[in-house]
Amino acid sequence: MNAPLLPGFAQPEDHAQRVFRLLLDALARPGRVQTLPFEFAAPAPLAPATGAAALALLDYETPVWLQSADSAPWLRFHAGCPLVDDPARARFALIDDAGAMPPLSAFAQGEPEYPDRSATLLIQVAGFAPHASTERGPTLRGPIWSGPGIADEVRLGVVGLPDGFWRDWQRNAGHFPLGVDLLLVAGAQVVGLPRTTTVREA
Amino acid sequence: MTQLCDPAQRRHWLGVLAQASPVELEQHLARRALPALHWLRRPETGLMMVRGRAGGTGAQFNLGEVSVTRCAVQDDAGRLGVGYVRGRVGRHAELVALFDLLLQDDIQRADLLPALIEPLAARQRAARATAGAQAAATRVEFFTLARGD
Repeated sequence: MNAPLLPGFAQPEDHAQRVFRLLLDALARPGRVQTLPFEFAAPAPLAPATGAAALALLDYETPVWLQSADSAPWLRFHAGCPLVDDPARARFALIDDAGAMPPLSAFAQGEPEYPDRSATLLIQVAGFAPHASTERGPTLRGPIWSGPGIADEVRLGVVGLPDGFWRDWQRNAGHFPLGVDLLLVAGAQVVGLPRTTTVREA
Repeated sequence: MTQLCDPAQRRHWLGVLAQASPVELEQHLARRALPALHWLRRPETGLMMVRGRAGGTGAQFNLGEVSVTRCAVQDDAGRLGVGYVRGRVGRHAELVALFDLLLQDDIQRADLLPALIEPLAARQRAARATAGAQAAATRVEFFTLARGD
């Protein structure tokens, strides 16, 4: 018999639309922290914002790659999305342990004629450090983000990404217009990192 | 943990419940004690494509869309009751889901099958037979006679 499942959105239309708007804003304003505007419980190991984004984005047409299968029954019930074993065939990937994630090149990069046929990765991290640069000295200074949607540039540290992640991100940008887009999630917070954004380590 | 119930049997009672009148189900439910439960999916209405085959054996074709309301309820043991009904009556879907949940319990099932499902099924069979007989009475057979041109 199944273990009890968690419910989905309390108000399906309203909440799904607000989450979709939040994700649009996150990708339109990379490097700016967006916060989920309501309480939401997602099954472990998914963070509230990961679960909410999954319910807003996934349906029967979006193959999903899960790093950990624990949330599979919940996703299948509420989103009805097909789950795939091969990251290259997924349109969305839910990554709960960034330290053990495959390289970005393992996911669908799109085709030259259709760059949108690529994967969007939801990566759970430990947290964001937007204001760490001034007080604690240079060690906590975050990398510098720039690109469309960012006036001049912005500093944002991301806690919990694996070593070498930003080099991997630069390689991802090297294949533009192909590549993957990321949504970084910490608890109820989301930061968009589309393929157009350049991140320099300070 | 109890065993999952027989899918064919479950399909049968879900079909019977979906075609029963919500008022009747409501009256029957009032006499039952419900376990602790939570709604996993509140009633939501959508469209489904009904497909048919000409003569029951021909190629598949789309007959038309029909509104369907569905919902799902779960008890603390993890049993899942689902309700799918034609139309837009949310409460009907809820009632089907609640009875589906109750019917998955061995003790409740032993009582509910003879008390609710079998009488409903018998009445639905009788109504279908009457309608079928009335339609059959209007049947016209066409013959083509060869003309001797």
